[in-house]
Amino acid sequence: MEIVVASSIGVLTAGGVYLILRLRAFAVILGLALLTYAVNIFLFATGRLAVNAPPVLNKYADVAYSDPLPQALVLTAIVISFGMTAVLVMIALGAFLEADHDRIDMTGEDDARDDDDALSAQGENRA
Amino acid sequence: MSHWIVAPVVLPALLAPIIAFVMRHDITLARAASFAGTIALAAIAVGLMVMAADGTTHVYRMGDWAAPFGIVLVLDRLSALMLLVTSALALVVLLHASASGWDDRGRHFHALFQFQLMGICGAFLTGDAFNLFVFFEVLLIASYGLMIHGGGRVRLQAGLQYVVMNLAGSTLFLFALGTLYASTGTLNIADLAVKVRELPLEDAALVRVAAILLMVVFAIKAALFPVQFWLPATYANAPAPVAALFAIMTKVGAYAIIRIHAVVFGPDVPGLGGLIGDWLMPAAVVTVAIGAVGVLGARRLMPLLSFSVVGSMGTMMIAVAAFTPQATTAALYYLVHSTFSAAALFLLADLVVSRRPGGDLLRAEPPTVQNGLFAALFFAGAIAMAGMPPLSGFLGKLLILDGLRDSAAMTAAWIAILVGSLMTIVGFARAGSILFWKSTALAPAEPEEDTGNPDETEAGDAPPPGPARAGALEVAPTVMALAILAVLAFLAGPMTGFMDKAAHQLFDGSDYVAAVLDPDAEVKQ
Repeated sequence: MEIVVASSIGVLTAGGVYLILRLRAFAVILGLALLTYAVNIFLFATGRLAVNAPPVLNKYADVAYSDPLPQALVLTAIVISFGMTAVLVMIALGAFLEADHDRIDMTGEDDARDDDDALSAQGENRA
Repeated sequence: MSHWIVAPVVLPALLAPIIAFVMRHDITLARAASFAGTIALAAIAVGLMVMAADGTTHVYRMGDWAAPFGIVLVLDRLSALMLLVTSALALVVLLHASASGWDDRGRHFHALFQFQLMGICGAFLTGDAFNLFVFFEVLLIASYGLMIHGGGRVRLQAGLQYVVMNLAGSTLFLFALGTLYASTGTLNIADLAVKVRELPLEDAALVRVAAILLMVVFAIKAALFPVQFWLPATYANAPAPVAALFAIMTKVGAYAIIRIHAVVFGPDVPGLGGLIGDWLMPAAVVTVAIGAVGVLGARRLMPLLSFSVVGSMGTMMIAVAAFTPQATTAALYYLVHSTFSAAALFLLADLVVSRRPGGDLLRAEPPTVQNGLFAALFFAGAIAMAGMPPLSGFLGKLLILDGLRDSAAMTAAWIAILVGSLMTIVGFARAGSILFWKSTALAPAEPEEDTGNPDETEAGDAPPPGPARAGALEVAPTVMALAILAVLAFLAGPMTGFMDKAAHQLFDGSDYVAAVLDPDAEVKQ
């Protein structure tokens, strides 16, 4: 089981990192989603992998138990990453609608265009 | 166990939803509530400061759960100081945002502002590493909203980058916490300090990975060299009052580095040694260089200020990376200074930029209204940021240089700080002379302003659609921020005395650990 969990974390992380490095907003969002999946499984595994063990201590019998804390941490992480992804999608959508493209990097062309805007505004002022 | 310790988190957390749900259509009401909340926060911060000033480490156990199991908030001199700085900055920024009408250019400014304060205060108070992550997320998600407040194409694109960068950072944070938990079985900072030192040496590799990952995450927040790329675009495109508020966000990263390193990953941890300091120091030196070159090369005012923030973070982190009480004292003094000088410059830039036809483009244009006043304020802000006497930047840099005298990295650090300061002075002098000085020479050439009157206030009134003069209320926040710098310079002795005590309390980690882990500790003191 360790090999399955470890390799799935690895594959998800690799895919996430690859997608984050793409220059389009959609790919980046997908990449971040994959990364958060990877980190959720990773957090889950930090309490050691125990199969069929309840997350509670039994003081009357010496039975196996799984660490409950990582499960609570994962829940928090899931909620936060879910919310963050929603925010990210909304901001990406806003940026896409404003700019008419979903490129994630700000090119020098943007700056130059702003300079031109400023200059023409100035020109109008002077005219 | 005083319940006031949790108040800086609870107060904004309760106020923000009320503002968002009840007062969203009434900006006056929202402003009043936001002001009342922030003033109350400042009062609480002063009270907590008084409480912490005697050197006791106060611990607040959430739900009264004992320390390694429940979440604790810890108040000592350092966190009280950070709270006070945060609330003072918040008041200044809030005044500017309300006076300049920025808060009315989009929805929910005040609610997001309060959530942001909640996250920042929580991050300064918490004594639990996972809780630190949660408060980071709270302050980040509020900052996403504030960053894109007012909208606009470039701002949304910059905001998208900012969000992506920080989400990737949060993922790294979780990986670091997971690794830490897997190797030590705890996430309470005080408990971590104990467990990390008890680990067998063969487990040290995992702890090293976790430590470095954590430092990378905090370095993203503090805008240190390999991960500083988000800052200039973000600060330059954020609304100016928000950029001024963000001046404290980089300090959250710096605070986390100081706290976690001093308490948990000290040089006495087996297998770790001075590893963190060895990596932080060169990163900080390069950050200073990037900031200085950026200030020299900027073609616009807002990026110029953003790069000066990068440079000042680098200067501060050089002092932090030495990890000695004396250097940390200097770092804390410079932290307060850097927060308010960055805020003053961003607020002033808003006043100037909104009155120039070319925006923040560094290009000589006919002088705006009140050119003389703005020039004087910019001069003062630039003096502070570049580190010239008489304002606190000079003293701060002097303290840092002095604190590094017996450090191994002294040569590199001194050269970086001194040359960086010189380049910053040149950059600011160039920007100031283009914006305020050369523009006065340009005025007579203007066909509309042929009256030949060099008096900029009258020339500004001449064209009918000329920008409005800044009222006293609009200029007041900038002056307040500069006045705080003046007070900081004037009271440098008592201030550094307090920061020295804070640094010693921090480095004598046994107090912190004992107060958190021993349920009767507070009774003893």
